[in-house]
Amino acid sequence: MRVRKEPFISALVLMAIWEVAAHFFPPFLFPPILSIAQQIWNILTDASQVRDALATSARILVGTFGAFVLGAVLAIWMGWSDTVQRYAQPLLTFNQGIPALSWVVISVIWFKSTEVRIWFIIVMTTLPAFAFQIYDSYRAMSKDLVEMSLSFRPTEWDKFRTLIVPSILPGILTAWKINLGNVARVVVVAELVGASIGVGYQLLQRQQLFDMAGAIAWTLILVLFVVASQAVVTFLETHLLRYRAQSERGL
Amino acid sequence: MSIVTFDKVAKRFDGDNPDNKFAAKDLSLHIDQGELIAVVGKTGCGKSTMFNLLIGLIEPTEGRIEVLGKDPFKDFNALAGKLSVVFQNDRLLPWRTAIENVAYGLELRRMLKPERLAIARGWLERLGLGQHVDKWPHSLSGGMRQRVSIARAFATNPEILLCDEPFSALDELTGATLRQEFKRLVKETHKTGVFVTHSIREAIDIGDRILVFRSPGHVAAEFIVSDALAIYGEEGLKQKILDEMGDVS
Repeated sequence: MRVRKEPFISALVLMAIWEVAAHFFPPFLFPPILSIAQQIWNILTDASQVRDALATSARILVGTFGAFVLGAVLAIWMGWSDTVQRYAQPLLTFNQGIPALSWVVISVIWFKSTEVRIWFIIVMTTLPAFAFQIYDSYRAMSKDLVEMSLSFRPTEWDKFRTLIVPSILPGILTAWKINLGNVARVVVVAELVGASIGVGYQLLQRQQLFDMAGAIAWTLILVLFVVASQAVVTFLETHLLRYRAQSERGL
Repeated sequence: MSIVTFDKVAKRFDGDNPDNKFAAKDLSLHIDQGELIAVVGKTGCGKSTMFNLLIGLIEPTEGRIEVLGKDPFKDFNALAGKLSVVFQNDRLLPWRTAIENVAYGLELRRMLKPERLAIARGWLERLGLGQHVDKWPHSLSGGMRQRVSIARAFATNPEILLCDEPFSALDELTGATLRQEFKRLVKETHKTGVFVTHSIREAIDIGDRILVFRSPGHVAAEFIVSDALAIYGEEGLKQKILDEMGDVS
């Protein structure tokens, strides 16, 4: 995979601007890059803080996976049955209008366990996006290919395995890429309320100490995880969708 | 022995509303084992409706259809492995290589992978694609892709091969070559073939018998090609078929 220079140049420019600002403002507003780097190093070399980062990462992955499974099942069910689609679609649209913070409040009242609360919040905020994206891919399935497949009289399982899954796979991968970023935002909000471990909890601690360098360091750790996760999805996409034609000249 | 029978079949889309037009009406025909039938007619005359009725993708509004003694719509799964279709466009699965596409029907019949790939490879080689077995569909030319779809249809060793204008999107030379290859393969493998086309020349070239369709979807005339050629000559037969095709309503 070719590594492009542009992202590094953009990061360097941003860092330069930040460093200039750090010379004119106090450290609790714009801490120097070096002290942020020091904080990142501290996090990565301290087992208890690594545990915080891993806890948030695990919550993101488990929550996103849960939303994906439920969203995919619902999407395929909607594609398979117009009746289900007519009932489920308005509910999903309604759900999309509910702010993440409302789910935080609801989950705190409903559930005792912190992990269940966080998982529930992630699922409820991400499920509609998964469901809609996968449902759209299902609907976009080529009628020609469906008829070709039907002419061989496949079983329901064969249809699912050989036609539906490959057809909706690009939509699934896109949904994962988009939702990983969204979940990272939501999980921090969820962790702010009641969690005693995780990036959200650490950010709350930094806010109470006016420790901007620490807050930035924890934010960057989270961003790093999202970027790494998306790189994994992109790698999978490159491999799984390698059959797609690519024009020598881009659009 | 007749293996395909249409008895006074009608097809009206969108239910029983009498205002809706018939796509097929009073359609009766029979096809015997080992015959290669060409179905010819103008665009919109009901050829594709007959084709979809025969495959079992749509249900007749009236009448009776039997394919190998089964109702192709109601006994849909009973005809598994008995019919294969070559469509107008190649309809290859883009996420499967050429060989995997050819092996698709065999996979659905639960044939083991080494065995089905060996059969698929054999068919690709027979159709001159031995060097392209592992290529993705997008990297093959239109003619090659249609060859793969022909290989896919033959690979399952069906009793009846159905073709819906399979060469109409290809250039004339490629179409003519594939037509001859297709006819040779049908005869060599003793299959029954139904070949739908809008080209009179193609129908004469490929069919043992020609069914001329006229709107709304019924058989206006039929010709046994060898006899008709002896009586009318090629140009005369073309004109007779053209006369029978009528206007599209």
